Amino acid sequence: MQELLNHLNNLPFNYEEAVAVILFAIGLSMLLFCRNLLKKVIGLDVMDAGIFLLLADRGYITGRTVPIIVDGVTEMEYYINPIPAGLVLTGIVVSVSVTALMLSLTVRIYKTYRTLEIDKLYIMMTNWRKGERE
Amino acid sequence: MSFVQNFPFFTIILSLICAVVSFVLSKNASKWVSVALLSISSVLNLAVLVYCSQNNTDFTYMMGHFPAPWGNELAAGVFESLMALLFAFVMLMSILGGASHVEHDVAKQRRHLYWVMVDLTHAALMALCYTNDIFTGYVFIEVCTIASCALLAVRGGGRVLIASVRYMIFALVGSGLFLMGVVFTYSITGHLLFPQLREAIALLWRDGSYRLSMTVAIGLMSVGLAIKAGLFPFHFWLPSAHGRATTATSGILSGVIVKGYLFLLIKIIYRVVGVEVFHASGVQNVLLIFGVAAMVFCSAAAVGSRRLKTMVAYSSAAQIGYMFMGLGMGTEAALIAVFFQIISHALTKPMLFLASSSLMDSCGGHQDFRSLRGAGHRNKPAGFLFTVGALSMVGIPMFIGFIPKLHFASAAFGMGWRTWAVLGALVISTLLNVLYFLYTAMLLWLPVNDDNRPSFNGKSAWRHAAPGLALAVLGMAIGLQSAPLAQLLQQGIALFCR
Amino acid sequence: MNTQPNHANDPSLLELWYNGGLDLTDHLYIPVEDEPQPAEKYRPKHNDAVFARHLYRYARVFNVAGTVLCILFSLLMILTVANLPAYGDPDAPTVNEVAERYVEQGTAETGAVNTVAGMILDYRAFDTLGESFVLFTAVAAVTILMERKPKKKVRRAEVISYAEDDIVRVVSRFVIPIVLVFGVYILLNGHLSPGGGFSGGAIMAAAPILYAMVWGDEQASRVFTARRIRTVVVCALGFYCAAKSYSFFTGANHLPSIISTGTPGNIFSAGLIMPLNVAVGLVVCCTMYSFYMYFRRGSI
Repeated sequence: MQELLNHLNNLPFNYEEAVAVILFAIGLSMLLFCRNLLKKVIGLDVMDAGIFLLLADRGYITGRTVPIIVDGVTEMEYYINPIPAGLVLTGIVVSVSVTALMLSLTVRIYKTYRTLEIDKLYIMMTNWRKGERE
Repeated sequence: MSFVQNFPFFTIILSLICAVVSFVLSKNASKWVSVALLSISSVLNLAVLVYCSQNNTDFTYMMGHFPAPWGNELAAGVFESLMALLFAFVMLMSILGGASHVEHDVAKQRRHLYWVMVDLTHAALMALCYTNDIFTGYVFIEVCTIASCALLAVRGGGRVLIASVRYMIFALVGSGLFLMGVVFTYSITGHLLFPQLREAIALLWRDGSYRLSMTVAIGLMSVGLAIKAGLFPFHFWLPSAHGRATTATSGILSGVIVKGYLFLLIKIIYRVVGVEVFHASGVQNVLLIFGVAAMVFCSAAAVGSRRLKTMVAYSSAAQIGYMFMGLGMGTEAALIAVFFQIISHALTKPMLFLASSSLMDSCGGHQDFRSLRGAGHRNKPAGFLFTVGALSMVGIPMFIGFIPKLHFASAAFGMGWRTWAVLGALVISTLLNVLYFLYTAMLLWLPVNDDNRPSFNGKSAWRHAAPGLALAVLGMAIGLQSAPLAQLLQQGIALFCR
Repeated sequence: MNTQPNHANDPSLLELWYNGGLDLTDHLYIPVEDEPQPAEKYRPKHNDAVFARHLYRYARVFNVAGTVLCILFSLLMILTVANLPAYGDPDAPTVNEVAERYVEQGTAETGAVNTVAGMILDYRAFDTLGESFVLFTAVAAVTILMERKPKKKVRRAEVISYAEDDIVRVVSRFVIPIVLVFGVYILLNGHLSPGGGFSGGAIMAAAPILYAMVWGDEQASRVFTARRIRTVVVCALGFYCAAKSYSFFTGANHLPSIISTGTPGNIFSAGLIMPLNVAVGLVVCCTMYSFYMYFRRGSI
């Protein structure tokens, strides 16, 4: 127990990260358990936002400025860490692409079945009277 | 530096360029671009494999002007090039065997995009094989996910769309968890490249600092990749996705893409985390338990399935369980068994999908087991292929499926409770395999009188089955004489686990 | 091949086996279509309404399970972040020799004043190449899913022409060039100030989208034809591939590269970074516009 408490010594400082991972957990649960396809897409974006917030927080260093070199000052102690910024950029682009694909799948499913509720889709797919099952 | 060392990079960049070029080509030209690309890539990967195994070496390839902790890197050794060769070859055979179905299933104006997606999938798989950087791994996982989802959804129709949405949702959950694991790993080590990560993780684990976040990070990465590979409790997307896609896509999805994620996981376990830390973190046992559960439950589900392709797809899920069980055992002998299993499954499963599509055609598009009765007489090549695949899946000696089972069983001894779990699961899974695969193979060859359905025994059927026959011959060769491959894998493991 | 018939009561292998369906003496093929259907009373008693009721009960279980899992997972993750290095800590493990070299020698080695641009387009360029191809893959996938022939005749009532409104028309005429110029500025200054290909391209894409909204899809598709869009994407990605192949190949083989970094701070400096930013920007711009048009209209 004492060991576990020792693990937690940074909780007062890391409240932003805590918010980020709560967002991540909410998004993940929406993606898995929401019964509406559009809400699943929203959950996907919430989840990604949580990851990006966490990553951006990891790059910040107190009292330093953006890593754009001004006036030839190149010492590290004036700038924050540039790596997480680059990773977030990549992550955002990936997130946009994936969202576009999910939305187009959603549109196609709506055009075919005229509903976005997973339950109704499942009823239509699993037509018991025809005995048609996987 | 030898010129061969450029080849891993060439395979990746060549397939990216081919994808861009195919985007504006006509549908036939882009198909031949894909075929040429996959053949060239097989040859290049074979050259890398020969180079690595003859010189008994592995090498890193600097992507740009900056060395390891600063720039991106590729790494190639015996395992990497062997996997890349396997992926390229199996993809080539799948698209050659499924090309006529693609022409039937995919609308004319989208057909060139199908081949663009094949090129992109190949690029992503090569990058997953050769990457030495965890974030590059993430980016190409996403390329692979999107491209394979498009390969699946291109067929159209309501059920295929629902299957692809399911596939996409589980894939996204997996990549979200994986990215979270990468972020945690980065924030406690400060590195993204494999060798530096490994040093930092070993140091941190010895110190005992950040142990909780390290365990969670390892767990997140493993679970994320396991979801994407379709391990047991998350396998729901797999039968519908693999069973409903067009034939070439089924072969690619089940034969190759699942293994791409699995190979990245193996690389992370052995080259990033280190097998001692992985064992101590407790994630290993989780993989073992779920692998064993997958072997039993997915085989049982295959027995209960009502369609041929669904059955074959459930059998994939069970075979994936074998691979994760081997990772959970954690010894070098088990790792060799895992690689045998990957090779055996990659050679057998596309063949089974090709054969089942041809059998379906000879039954007028039906794939329930009553219609399939006697289908082997109407399409002898496909029936022959299916029988070979079934015997291999059951694990009859002389067929390739026997080799990994033998290795798993011999690797399992002396591991306490795990021995019994592994051996029990092997026995149960093999018995269930006998029930569904041998039974179906017998069903195909039952005599049928009064059959007025057309038969497909002409030359075109043999030509159609040629790619599958190539896979079957290769599988038989390995099944008859597995010693050279075992030697190669031993050599690879000595390089890989250094 | 494509036909997926609905067969009544297809037996699974287990049922076949259990019911002796595999009768080895039975040499007669009975066509499936002629098989006598089982009588009504032997069928499962399910119908849609009963099934739906079951399903909604499961849906409630799903909601509860989702909430519980969400809370447990958040607790685990909060424990984990509490174990991470403190926020804003200058001695965190992430502030190591990698970040130091990017900041301290980045300008000298890549010529980019913006360290992030130097990092993503020179040090870790392979990631960014993959990232551009994620966009390309997504565009091709959306094309596969959404492309359809545009309707020949659109009913008059459906067409809302914003261009007939004076305010909208005049303001758009005024705004579209500004948006374009601002996007180009962000694009060209990527190595000097915050910005770069992705943000600049996204801003630039606002201009054709606004054009399409105001003057109508038909007019926009006459100006930005599918052929032009495709040409731009292919040329930009081809240039990107070629440039980066050159740089990777020379770097890995320790060959001298002819690309100089120039004077840091000038607009024409930083070697390949500015042309690559332009290429990425064009790809992003065309991608965003294609997404808009495919979702709106089904074709470019």
